[in-house]
Amino acid sequence: MTDGNGEQETGNRGPGDGWIAGARPSTATSGVVDNPLVESLLRLADDRLVLGHRLSEWCGHGPILEEDIALANIALDLVGQASMLLKLAGEVEGKGRTDDALAYFRDAVEFRNVQLVELPNGDFAATIVRQFLFDAWDVLALEELAGATTEALAGIAAKALKEAKYHLRHSAEWVRMLGDGTAESHQRAQRALDELWPYAGELFLMDDTDRAAVAAGNGVDMEVLRPRWREIVDQVLTEATLTIPKGAFAPRGGRTGRHTEHLGRMLADMQSLARAHPGATW
Amino acid sequence: MTDDGTVSTAAPGSVPTETQWDLWEVFTQEGQGAPHEHAGSVHATTAEHAMQNARDVYARRGKIVSLWVVPTTAIVASAPGDAGPLFDPGNDKAYRHPQFYKVPRGVRGL
Repeated sequence: MTDGNGEQETGNRGPGDGWIAGARPSTATSGVVDNPLVESLLRLADDRLVLGHRLSEWCGHGPILEEDIALANIALDLVGQASMLLKLAGEVEGKGRTDDALAYFRDAVEFRNVQLVELPNGDFAATIVRQFLFDAWDVLALEELAGATTEALAGIAAKALKEAKYHLRHSAEWVRMLGDGTAESHQRAQRALDELWPYAGELFLMDDTDRAAVAAGNGVDMEVLRPRWREIVDQVLTEATLTIPKGAFAPRGGRTGRHTEHLGRMLADMQSLARAHPGATW
Repeated sequence: MTDDGTVSTAAPGSVPTETQWDLWEVFTQEGQGAPHEHAGSVHATTAEHAMQNARDVYARRGKIVSLWVVPTTAIVASAPGDAGPLFDPGNDKAYRHPQFYKVPRGVRGL
């Protein structure tokens, strides 16, 4: 846990000495649902719910008023997308679970988000770099999903795509400004990229659930997506004078419920009100 | 800290040095053919940045179809002291105002 180079491939350790220290995944996994479409919807939803909640933590703490509002807007977009996807997942599952039940009454091992989105916010540069790596993936994935066989999913994706395109425009512009800005902003952006880059790989992993979703016309072939993502990312990072780090550290497991210790703490915060007052409305 | 990373040397209690980004004025249009109306201002470093901040602050709610952002320094404003010479002469010549004239009944399309 002390050196930041990350030679191991097991994902059984956190990266270096940055704010992510302690990002050691648990080995637990449970709550796997047997319907591939439900599982796919949960993966899509949980990325958004968790990232949206992380961004909401910036509310009132943004570096400048306009950016505070921008981050809150993006957080609301993502939570709104998560809500639609969870609602659909509950309907397809057919066990009477609502979007609120899925958001507030599942434990960390039942969450299906990639580890990238659950990491603590770090400084503003880290929040922006994480957002950029996700947004570039998100736009491409939603473009594919807008043509999904399941009409409800296609509809949600088409609506979310408009929002995601703006998110990418926002985060890419900030990556350029920070990377190609002052000495300090460059150094912070590069450190963020060094720490976060390994986590981006999990966005492109495919398992049987993903392959089943692709076969059913409701998934995205991540192998096809990856080079297109690299093209977008490389261009912006080059303009930002940032360097992609080398190293084989490749954390994984979020899609099957293995998360860093950070998710549990975040969920404790996010879910406490709903669990203390089940069914409360306000 | 100023934006080149140096620590401000301003003495306590003195007027702080300007560390804000440039100011941009924001104009929003609520429909095709409607005028762009002044909505407010945002701080930003570049035109693209100003456009994004304007969108986030002024255009996320409501039906905005178009945005203009203009550097505040590009706006030439009349001085308050000029209000008399600039605007008063019109006020005492009532016949210059459209309200002075009665529109005959039956006239349409005015």
